[in-house]
Amino acid sequence: MTLYAIIFYLLAALIIISTGIAITRRNMVHVVIYLVFSFFGTAMLFYLLGAPLLALLQIIIYAGAVMVLFLFIIMMLRVEAPEISMFPFSQWVPAAALCAASVVLGLLLLIPESQLGKPLETAIATPSDFGFYLFKRHWLTIELVSILLLVALVGAFHLGKSKLSAKSEDPS
Amino acid sequence: MASWIIGFVLLLLKMAVVLGVLLLLAAYLVWAERKLLARFQVRYGPNRAGKFGLLQPIADGIKMITKEDLMPDGADRFIFLLAPAVVAFTALLMFAVVPFGEEITLFGQNVPMVISDLNVGLLFIIALSSLGVYGVALGGWASNSKYSLLGGIRGAAQMISYELSLGLSLIPIVMIAGSLSLVDIVKAQQNVWFIFVQPVSFVIFLISAMAESKRIPFDIPEAENELGAGYHMEYSGMRFGLFFIGEYVHMQVLGALTAVFFLGGWQGPFLPAPVWLLIKIVMVALVMIWIRGTLPRLRYDQLMAIGWKVLVPAALINIVITGAVILII
Amino acid sequence: MSSAIEALKALAEGFGTTFKHLGRKPITEQYPEYKRPLPERTRARIVLTCDPGGDERCVACFLCSAACPVSCISMEAAERKKDGRRYAGWFRINFGRCIFCGLCEEACPTSAIQLTPDFEICKRDVLSMVYEKEDLQVNHGGKDREYNFYRYAGVVTLVRGKGEHVKETEPVNIRSNMP
Repeated sequence: MTLYAIIFYLLAALIIISTGIAITRRNMVHVVIYLVFSFFGTAMLFYLLGAPLLALLQIIIYAGAVMVLFLFIIMMLRVEAPEISMFPFSQWVPAAALCAASVVLGLLLLIPESQLGKPLETAIATPSDFGFYLFKRHWLTIELVSILLLVALVGAFHLGKSKLSAKSEDPS
Repeated sequence: MASWIIGFVLLLLKMAVVLGVLLLLAAYLVWAERKLLARFQVRYGPNRAGKFGLLQPIADGIKMITKEDLMPDGADRFIFLLAPAVVAFTALLMFAVVPFGEEITLFGQNVPMVISDLNVGLLFIIALSSLGVYGVALGGWASNSKYSLLGGIRGAAQMISYELSLGLSLIPIVMIAGSLSLVDIVKAQQNVWFIFVQPVSFVIFLISAMAESKRIPFDIPEAENELGAGYHMEYSGMRFGLFFIGEYVHMQVLGALTAVFFLGGWQGPFLPAPVWLLIKIVMVALVMIWIRGTLPRLRYDQLMAIGWKVLVPAALINIVITGAVILII
Repeated sequence: MSSAIEALKALAEGFGTTFKHLGRKPITEQYPEYKRPLPERTRARIVLTCDPGGDERCVACFLCSAACPVSCISMEAAERKKDGRRYAGWFRINFGRCIFCGLCEEACPTSAIQLTPDFEICKRDVLSMVYEKEDLQVNHGGKDREYNFYRYAGVVTLVRGKGEHVKETEPVNIRSNMP
C-alpha cells in the first residue's frame, strides 16, 4: 500500500461518507454543505489522479457556482424539511433494485480488471493540451452544448420577463 | 531522502514566512486604513497606543481575544463556527500560488520562491475566491438574524456576479502569457507590464476584485446603515476577528494578484524581488483605501447593473479583441 | 460620450479632494492634552455657591429637589439657632443619576445651586458619584457673585429687622385684609 493508495482510500471514504450524510440530513443547508465536502473530495481525487485542471474546474463549477446557487435559493425560499419520515415502500423497491444493479455491474467491471493486476495509467495533461484536445477534436460537441446553454438562458430570461410584465400590467 | 527532508523543511519555512508576513501586514493594513481614512476626513486616527498608534493592532488583537464569544439563540452551531474559518482560510490559501521571487539555490537545491507552482494557479485562485462565498452566505444564514441573512444573501449574489467578470477579465492575460501558472505570467511581463497591454482588463479586474472583497464602494453585504454589520453582525470576539483578518488578507491577496497579473509581479530594479512584490501589494492596498475614502456606497441595483451590464460585456468584448489581435500578429 | 467625460471629471475631482485632504492639518482637538475652554454656562457638575459674605445661599426650600426630573437631589432642612435662618442640614446629589438638565438651577430662588462647566467627573465606583454637601460647596458666588438673597427677601438679621433691607417693603400685616 503506497502513500497514494492510502490517500486515495481516505478520499474515497470522505466522499462516500459525506454524500451519505448529505442524503440523510433534514436541514437543507447542511445537505448543501456535505455535498460541497463531497465535491471537494472528488476534486482532490481528480488531483491525485493527475488532473489538476479538472480538479479545479470541479471546485469552481460544482462547489463554487452550482452549490452556491442552491444555497442561495434555499436561503431565499426558506425551504422547510417535509414532515413525512419515509418514502412509501413502492418507491423504495425500484430505487433499491437500480442501486443493486449498478453495484453488480460495477463489481463485474472491477473483478476482471483486478485479476489482470494492471494499474491504471495516470494521464497527466497540461491545461493547453487539454484545451487543444477539447476544442479541436470535440468542437462540435462544445458548440452543441453552448447552444443548449444559450437556449436555457433565453428560456430563463423569457420566464422571468413574462412574469415581470404581467405584474406591471396588473398593479393589484 | 535527505534532499526530500530539506525540501520539506524549506517548504514549511516558506509557508511560515509567508503566513507571518501576511498576518502582520494584515494587522498593519488595518492601522494604515484607519490612519489614512482619518486623514482623508481631517482627523488624526489612532494615535494613543504607542507612537503614531503603532501598537493599535496589538491592542485590538488583545481586545478581540479577551472578548466573550457569543453564540446567538437559535444559531446553527456547526455552520456558525465554520463560516469565519472558511473566510480566513480561503483568503490565506490564495497566497500559496503567488510567486514572490525568482528561483534561488539553497543547500544545493533549487528553491522556487513560491509555495506551490501549480500549472493551473489562476484557476486555483478563482476556485478559492468562489469558495469564499460560503463563508459569507453561511455566516449570514447561521446567525439566525434577519440582518445577517440579508447580508449573506446580498454577499452571495454580489460575489457570484463579480466572480464572472473577474474570471473573464483575466482571460486576455492568460491568452497573452500562454499559461495559467502565475510564475509564467510574471515571467511573461519581463519586457512590458500587462497594465499597458491590457488597460481595460486592468480596470475590470480592479473593480470586480474590490466587489469580490466587499469593500466600499461595494460593501452592500455589510452596509452599516441598512443592515447593522451585515453577515458578521452576530459574531463577536475572535470569530469576528477571523472575518476581519480574512477581509484584510483578501485585500493583500488582491494587491498581490494585481501585481502579478498587471504590474509585473516581483520584477523591479535594484531592490530584491520579495520587496518589490511587497511594495506593489501595499501600493494597491493604499489605492483601495483611497477609493474607500472617496466613493460612496453603490445601491444594490446599481451594483448588479454595473456587474452584469457593463463589466461582463466589456470583458467579453475585450477577450474577442485580444484574440483578434493575437491572431493577426 | 460627453457624459462619460463628465463622469470621469467628477471622479477625478472627488479623488483630488480627498487627496488634498491628506496634507491638511487635522482639526481634531486632542482632549486630555488640550482642554477646550467651555462656555461659562455649560451645564455640568453641580455646586452649591455662597453669597458675598461667605454664608451659604441654600435655604433648603426643596424646589430643586422637586424640579429634578430624575430625582437625584435630596436634602434635609434645618434651622439656625441664633437667627432662625433655614439651611440644608445635609444635601446630597447623586451624579450617577443626574442628567445635567439645569432645571434645579432654574428653580432655585437663592441662586445657590448652580451648574459649572467642569464635566470630568467619571468614577469607577458608582457610589462615589454620590456627592455630599461638603463635596458640593464652593467658596464663591458662581455666575451671580453679588447676589445675596436675604438682602432682598428679609430675614431678621443681626443688622436689620424685617422690612428694613435693600429694596424691601414693609411686611404685610397678616392680621388685616387691607392691602
